[in-house]
Amino acid sequence: MEKPNTSPDRVGEALGQPDPRATARPDPAEPPRNAPPEPAELRLSRRELLKAGALGAAGLAAAGGTLAFRPQRPSADTSHPGPANHHLLMEPVGDIQPGGFDPSAFLTHFDAGRVSRLPNGQVLREYSLVAVDTEIEVAPGVFFPAWTYNGQVPGPTIRCTEGDRVRVHFVNAGSHPHTIHFHGIHAADMDGTFEIVEPGQSYMYEFDAEPFGLHLYHCHTPPLKKHIHKGLYGVFLVDPREGRPPARELVMVMNAFDTDFDGENEVYAVNTVGFHYQKHPIRLRKNELTRVYLVNVTEFDPINSFHLHGNFFRCYRTGTRLDHYEWTDTVMLCQGERAILEFTYRFPGPFMFHAHQSEFAELGWVGIFDVQEVPNV
Amino acid sequence: MSEAGLAAAAGGSRAGSLAVPVWVKGLVPLSVLGALAAVFLRFGPIGVFPGAFPPVEELTIERITLPRPGEIQVRVVNGGPEPSTIAQVLVDDAVWTHRIDGDRTLGRLERRTITIPYPWVEGEPHEVSLMTRTGLTFTGRLGVATRTPVPDRRYIGALGLLGVYGGVIPVLLGLSWLPFLRALRRRWLDFFLCLTIGLLAYLAVDALAAALEGSTRVPGAFQGPALVPLGALGTPLIIATLRERKQRAGTGPLSPRSVAGLVAVGVGLHNLGEGLAIGSAYATGEIALGTALAVGFLLHNSAQGLGIAASTAEAALRPGQLALLGAVAGVPAVLGTWIGGFSSSPLWTTLVFAVGGGAILQAIAVLWRFLARRAEGRFAQPLHVAGLVLGLLVMYFTGLAVPV
Repeated sequence: MEKPNTSPDRVGEALGQPDPRATARPDPAEPPRNAPPEPAELRLSRRELLKAGALGAAGLAAAGGTLAFRPQRPSADTSHPGPANHHLLMEPVGDIQPGGFDPSAFLTHFDAGRVSRLPNGQVLREYSLVAVDTEIEVAPGVFFPAWTYNGQVPGPTIRCTEGDRVRVHFVNAGSHPHTIHFHGIHAADMDGTFEIVEPGQSYMYEFDAEPFGLHLYHCHTPPLKKHIHKGLYGVFLVDPREGRPPARELVMVMNAFDTDFDGENEVYAVNTVGFHYQKHPIRLRKNELTRVYLVNVTEFDPINSFHLHGNFFRCYRTGTRLDHYEWTDTVMLCQGERAILEFTYRFPGPFMFHAHQSEFAELGWVGIFDVQEVPNV
Repeated sequence: MSEAGLAAAAGGSRAGSLAVPVWVKGLVPLSVLGALAAVFLRFGPIGVFPGAFPPVEELTIERITLPRPGEIQVRVVNGGPEPSTIAQVLVDDAVWTHRIDGDRTLGRLERRTITIPYPWVEGEPHEVSLMTRTGLTFTGRLGVATRTPVPDRRYIGALGLLGVYGGVIPVLLGLSWLPFLRALRRRWLDFFLCLTIGLLAYLAVDALAAALEGSTRVPGAFQGPALVPLGALGTPLIIATLRERKQRAGTGPLSPRSVAGLVAVGVGLHNLGEGLAIGSAYATGEIALGTALAVGFLLHNSAQGLGIAASTAEAALRPGQLALLGAVAGVPAVLGTWIGGFSSSPLWTTLVFAVGGGAILQAIAVLWRFLARRAEGRFAQPLHVAGLVLGLLVMYFTGLAVPV
């Protein structure tokens, strides 16, 4: 595949990203938008016209009009000549501050806990989760007052094997009562529903990890919408005893933020920061199996979805069966649903992945897989 | 020294050796207030209140223009009490890249222009939202997207022509009724004067309604709703004062000449506001500069001309003075259209309409008294009432002629 001659550099500011090569981005095959305007139809009464006019929405083509139409480059490098790449337009200006939560690091981080053996031979994994209020950056320059597990949204990805004993020590250092409700099969008092943990209190959750599959944990204190949408959720992954085939594994939590608290989400994302994986594409290798652990915790919208470009994936719903899968490129998930997606790219280059609800994609739930030809990157 | 002066001096100081001038006494509380304000700002005793509240933000999108296909320009002002930082910009619920001509943080009353390379669609509405650092969104809406006209000679000419059609010609047309009106018997002239009052009443309500509507779009710091009484009440008072002074100069109260002048001024100010509205509506593509529009205004505003003519019927004005009156009433339409076509803001539109409404109310009041004197007590005759109602109806029905 020949590469176009424009190569915008996609590195964000000082995020500790491995410096990607200049990534070629093909132009979408659409004509430039300068077709002559058609006459506007008028359906407004005079009253409304005058009202509208009185709103004073007129103006001069002021100094700003001197600039030619060019795609905007938020980083320091000079703007590139060449055809306008429309997808570069639909993204935020700037990048998140360095030193905070890094979605690119979260992607591949699994917390296996403190491992030991119980007298009966069972593996014991101990985790520590602390509920703490903190402000997070959900889009460049946009901050959200979140409730978090361990200061990050999503919380740490807890990973264990089926049959392990899981012990989670939960401390509530927040300003409101919280719990941790795990999706799984366990006793009622380990469910994190009725045992509300007040600020300053703690609780020990303990259960055997079953069934195997991809699950999640989240707060279950009323008001439920607020406790979830403010960030108290995370991935709970239980591997089957025999394990899964080796693959490049990525954790993706579809979430969204209602930044102005009007009951609708303003920022959509996978792993909290809108547009992050569009600005910092995820590198994959051609012909290498990739496994995405996909979890939906989007509040306020009934469903979310994942669509993959240029490829199809095996969709293991909830990851609880190794032999049953769908072969598709788009999967729909309700809140709380999750799926394990496995795919292998046969062609190199940039491939988008995003919610197929275009409105979510336009508000941040969009990313790019950068499939590499060369094995050693 | 006069007795009053002695008394003042004595009242100012018991001891008799210190004569404190009056203005100093007025100034002392003011300076104490100023010092208190300075101390508060500097040392902030308000700090005792718990902090860490999210700021109270209010950004207002003043105008949205489309200089060329694929570009949107947004003018935003911070009308809120605290600084606000614009973090991201959305167009039609899609995050979009953009440039801001200055710091992303707007202090109080600061303005910025945001340029967005967005492929807007001709004829369709668009919505621009600004998302601040705290996640709040402030939205401006463009009702009908069309390219903002470039201020070339053709455009200026077109706007001017619209003003002429809408303002000057109708007034002159109305003045051509003068021979007819002068030939009328007194009773019938009174009828036409009542008609004029009806016309003016319609215009006054029109203007004040437009002012109130515009006031809701004024950024908070400028207190839109307060502008309306400021203009609507301040104007008649100022005009009344000016008239009083002229009166003392000897033109006499309520002379036909001054009545005619007042009506012309009131109508002129209303037409200024109307011109502003039409001009800015054209610039945003919400009206097309068509024949239908011009004819509509011709009809609608001819009634204004009639009103002015009726009020000058007994004034025995020379043609030159008549022309001046016509100009005072009509030319502001042209000026308003030019101003509105190039730049306008809710603030000035509101103010102009409020002032126009106030001026018309003043004219109505003066005309009322003029008529009352002529009628010598028999004011509420059927003929007068009919005139008034007819005046309202004429404006209403000719208003329908303006294209929907």
